[in-house]
Amino acid sequence: MADTPKPKSNKNSKKAGSGKPIPSNRRVSHAGRMAHVSSKAPAIGKIVQLLTGFGHSLTEFLWSLGFAARFFLAVLLHSGMALRRFQLTIRELYFTGVLSIIIILVSGLFVGMVLGLQGYETLQRYGSSEALGVLVALSLVRELGPVVAALLFASRAGSAITAEIGLMKATEQLSAMEMMAVNPIARVVAPRFWAGVISMPLLAALFSAMGIFGGYLVGVVLIGVDVGSFWSQMQASVDFREDIVNGVIKSFVFGIIISWIAVFEGYDSDPTAEGVSRATTNTVVTSSLSVLAADFILTALMFRGA
Amino acid sequence: MNRATLDLWVGIFVAIGLGSLLFLALKVGNLSLSSSGEMYQLQAKFDNIGGLKVRGAVKSAGVVVGRVSQIQLDPEAFVAVVTMHINSTYKFPKDTFATINTSGLLGEQYIGFEVGGDTQMLKDGDVVKKTQSAVVLEKLISQFMFSKAGEDAGGGKK
Repeated sequence: MADTPKPKSNKNSKKAGSGKPIPSNRRVSHAGRMAHVSSKAPAIGKIVQLLTGFGHSLTEFLWSLGFAARFFLAVLLHSGMALRRFQLTIRELYFTGVLSIIIILVSGLFVGMVLGLQGYETLQRYGSSEALGVLVALSLVRELGPVVAALLFASRAGSAITAEIGLMKATEQLSAMEMMAVNPIARVVAPRFWAGVISMPLLAALFSAMGIFGGYLVGVVLIGVDVGSFWSQMQASVDFREDIVNGVIKSFVFGIIISWIAVFEGYDSDPTAEGVSRATTNTVVTSSLSVLAADFILTALMFRGA
Repeated sequence: MNRATLDLWVGIFVAIGLGSLLFLALKVGNLSLSSSGEMYQLQAKFDNIGGLKVRGAVKSAGVVVGRVSQIQLDPEAFVAVVTMHINSTYKFPKDTFATINTSGLLGEQYIGFEVGGDTQMLKDGDVVKKTQSAVVLEKLISQFMFSKAGEDAGGGKK
């Protein structure tokens, strides 16, 4: 980390140095209608500047991607301690999992209730409001449960993980651990990673179940769709292997993605107050985008055709 | 927070997480019905299966007795070969009539068994001989239009 900012600042100063004469040149050519040679030069300079900027950000991205991959492997290799001394992971499970229950339950309930209202509104136009159960259950189990739970999890637990590890780095607790021959990846990072991976599928299942309950509340109790057809049509068209297991696989993958990004951003953050805040923002933005992108890929793989 | 309460809370969390997974599997996905009981295989050939899909229901007298497991095209006779898994508690006579029906106006298509009077029963791997294809709405409409046009032409000559 310490190596890369230096060349970056050097390049910037070079760029600034070569960039300065360009405006003055242009001004001269504009005023005096100089030869074409001098009017071409600033354009080339600008293109070069653009290209170097692009190349620099690309190398930066590739560099951090490579570091993230190496870091992921390191976490996997050093996770023996997190699994052997499971008390460490249980402590983190409490913070990432148990404390996320409330937000998952409440938002699941409301998402389900909104689905019930909107679904009924649309379905009753075609006279098939009994299919409300199918609509609510399929959309929750396949998509909304894993994805919305993952987004909530990223902002509720992922940001907390990043901030915690980042602050540990800023206050040199990680270096202190290394000093005492305690591997910070095994002691601090791996338990948080595994806690995230374990709690994500459970939270997604909780979200889906709560959402279906919310849809039931609105559809059956409030609006008065027939109870029997609500459940029986749902049971007839939701398949265990195709829908529920695929949803669980999705949430598991999202758990890995979010926990990985969260611990990486924390570990990679600049050890300053500003750096930690930037890392926390990065975690939420990057993991939300990756979750949505991964959701598209997984959906394309799982529900193609049929 | 001490260790015991921490364990308790995590235990509760894992329990309700797994509980909701179980709820999804049993109450929503109806796992017990789809995997329970022994099945036997039947085949039926249709000229046209319409919108029938794999995992579609097979019903007799409105009761679900099995599922469609495979749909293929016979490359020689150019007819659709539908393979069905039927719950082995239900036996059907040899002259059972298999039709493709639609549940509701826009509902899913399913295979309906109309039971004949034969004393011999269909066994595993048998082929249902008597079938009726799906009703294709476009064909129905065009038939109606042609017959209407024919009537009009006949009426004009009179």
